[in-house]
Amino acid sequence: MSTLTHLQRLEAESIHIMREVVAEAENPVMLYSVGKDSAVMLHLAAKAFYPSVPPFPLLHVDTTWKFKAMYEFRDAMARKLGMDLLVHINPDAKARNINPFDHGSALHTDMWKTEGLKQALDKYKFDAAFGGARRDEEKSRAKERIFSFRTAQHRWDPKSQRPELWKLYNARKHPGESIRVFPISNWTELDIWQYIHLENIPIVPLYFAAERPVVRRDGTLIMVDDERMPLRPGETPEMKSVRFRTLGCYPLTGAVESTAATLTDIIQEMLLTTTSERQGRVIDHDSAGSMEKKKQEGYF
Amino acid sequence: MAHISDLIAQDIEAYLKQHEHKSLLRFITCGSVDDGKSTLIGRLLYESKMLFEDQLAALEADSKKVGTQGGDLDFALLVDGLAAEREQGITIDVAYRFFSTDRRKFIVADTPGHEQYTRNMVTGASTADLAIILVDARHGVQTQTRRHSYLVSLIGIKRVVVAINKMDLVGFSKDVYDRIEKEYRAFAAQIGLTDILCIPMSALRGDNITDKSDNTAWYAGPTLMEHLETVQIEDDLQARPFRLPVQWVNRPNLDFRGFSGQIASGTVRPGDRVRVQPSGRDTTVERIVLSTQDMQEAVAGQSVTVTFADEIDCSRGDVIVAADAPALTGDSFDATLVWMSDEAMATGRSYLMKCGTRTVGTTVNAIEYRVNVNTLERTAAQALALNEIGRVSLLTDRLIAFDPYESVRDTGSFILIDRLTNNTVGAGLLHAARSRPRDLSWTRTDTSRAARAALKQQSPLLLWAGAGIDANKLEQKLMSIGRHTITLPAATADLPRVAGLLLDAGLIVVIDAESAQPAALASALPAAERIELAVDAAAPQASLTGERLSLPSAAADETVEQVVEVLRRAGRVG
Repeated sequence: MSTLTHLQRLEAESIHIMREVVAEAENPVMLYSVGKDSAVMLHLAAKAFYPSVPPFPLLHVDTTWKFKAMYEFRDAMARKLGMDLLVHINPDAKARNINPFDHGSALHTDMWKTEGLKQALDKYKFDAAFGGARRDEEKSRAKERIFSFRTAQHRWDPKSQRPELWKLYNARKHPGESIRVFPISNWTELDIWQYIHLENIPIVPLYFAAERPVVRRDGTLIMVDDERMPLRPGETPEMKSVRFRTLGCYPLTGAVESTAATLTDIIQEMLLTTTSERQGRVIDHDSAGSMEKKKQEGYF
Repeated sequence: MAHISDLIAQDIEAYLKQHEHKSLLRFITCGSVDDGKSTLIGRLLYESKMLFEDQLAALEADSKKVGTQGGDLDFALLVDGLAAEREQGITIDVAYRFFSTDRRKFIVADTPGHEQYTRNMVTGASTADLAIILVDARHGVQTQTRRHSYLVSLIGIKRVVVAINKMDLVGFSKDVYDRIEKEYRAFAAQIGLTDILCIPMSALRGDNITDKSDNTAWYAGPTLMEHLETVQIEDDLQARPFRLPVQWVNRPNLDFRGFSGQIASGTVRPGDRVRVQPSGRDTTVERIVLSTQDMQEAVAGQSVTVTFADEIDCSRGDVIVAADAPALTGDSFDATLVWMSDEAMATGRSYLMKCGTRTVGTTVNAIEYRVNVNTLERTAAQALALNEIGRVSLLTDRLIAFDPYESVRDTGSFILIDRLTNNTVGAGLLHAARSRPRDLSWTRTDTSRAARAALKQQSPLLLWAGAGIDANKLEQKLMSIGRHTITLPAATADLPRVAGLLLDAGLIVVIDAESAQPAALASALPAAERIELAVDAAAPQASLTGERLSLPSAAADETVEQVVEVLRRAGRVG
């Protein structure tokens, strides 16, 4: 008798979840954020439906402020897998030129991501959307179901979640309602890296250390990825060997100084490091309970 | 994430190789707000070195600000999640926590202990391999301890750790510990829990969590972490007959037609003969596919796609099973139902039932009885309210393939969905199929089983007379000492139900089962009232452990004498 490893059990669970959604939802979509968690989710989807191409499109809710390397990687991955890639850019945010410098991270995130996501789901009438969130990321995630219901107004109510027992997911909903489904809920950051290593999953080069132009701002290293970034008096971009532990909008994502240039190097670095993954994300620092609040308002 | 492991620094490849082959243990923690459950989980996260410096700094700051430990680290703050909970100081829902050591990854279902949240505990337990039941050493075994234990046994978790916590507040007294352990084991035996480890600990002070405590020199067992790292996870699921509930038909082109699902039990290899149920057609497995490389074998727990040698009908909701050991089929069932909705369960009302990957219409035909989760008493009921548990009979509008829950969880469990609200309103376990329609009904009275048994000056008892036990002789012997008995052949139609009625009547029921297996009955009746009798050539003497009485080989008369003697000494036959 062979004991399944933790990665085998996690993989099997994620695949089972994806197949349930495809079997029960009318119009599913996979939210693709180009990061390492999305990379694993996409790899699992390719496995789950092989030899078919995953029977749903990818949706990138774009803020226009991602790293250039992320856009290149995104387009290459969709081509390679033969999946449709939908990109949604919130026209209101675009018209008002919402950006993290003038409007702050809270409004920036709300307009581009939260509002943008709702618009896209309404526009394409998706009734189920896969997301790569993990329960170990944040306290309110720890209590969220794998099949997480949203009202027609996209709101999450933590107090009226459906009980989830065994492997029996109830995907039934009324017209207009939708489900966010988190197939990698039970994976931790370490699991993700181990699986990327084991399965040779391609990830955005930004995760690997390289010489990049950065400025130190409010204690965080920010990469000057394009000319839109206004420099403050006294700031001069300098080349440093840095990498990113988490990827988002470049002005809101802190780099870490590192020389870890291979996958095993970065796993080694992560295991020996002493700060948590989301610390580099400015969005979580806004206020205590901020993620919970954002989720209730419809943020992924 | 500083696992203190030199291997990381020296040989990351070797470290990864080792860690990519860790196993996974899922467990549930049961206890009330005051038992120190959040502190225990927080402590496990802390001790497994899964906290980062920024999280530790936040914990230190929070401990000073809102902690309950006078400025010392308040581990409970690590797991008290939602903003609403912090205000109320309670846990309101199931939360999942993660930690890992060099030996295992762990997923913890953290569930509240309040009575109104029974549904959350059942939810958390449904995916757990092991349960930790917290007992406050100052208070001992409480009503809620019994309730949690009953729910754990109901959901079929076999391995239980009783965390006798707050030992620091009783001076690490061995007497207190012994008394609680004894009381707990006596209760656990009644509900069929046998694999129990009691650990004296203080989650707050860290005694016996990862390091053996000097304060409990009298305790020789493992620490909690040692036990969690080494306890056996696998049951014999891979050795049971093959079951694959079909989730999705994979048809990319005319040359490929595969059936995707997660294997519920057993093992499958190309060339295996299988049957598609409930339709009942047989074929042969041709390929097992997962990604580009075909598999030569797949086992319980794995998600795969299989193809057949023949073009036979198979679609979502069907179950692919071993042709020589098929599942049961039925459209009328004995089931246990846990009600999870504010709106009470109504007999005769139509619900949707999702069992495996099949969703069918169902009605609850009758409630046989309701179980009081605090006293385990069974009472007649006309409805099941939120958090109530009952034994029911169900009718489905189509035939479904299933296994008794005790045999295979994933083909024996179901949820009920309200057709109007789409909410999950109930969860249940299938025990057996029954013939339909049936007229076997009787008038409910207030006379309890206990009252009926008391009149006969005995306790209801079910004796499973297996190979080597002469059921007739056994019944004669029992009658000779004034017991009220009846013998049923194992082949009796609807045996669990009939036996249940006779136990309700207060009788000692002997099942003549020379050749039959007790599995089907195992779930149907409470362990407290069931003893399996078996001749074991290796047994040096007659011995009663749990619900099994082993007997050395002997002449039939002598064996029967021994049975009655042992049962009398154990106080089971009055």
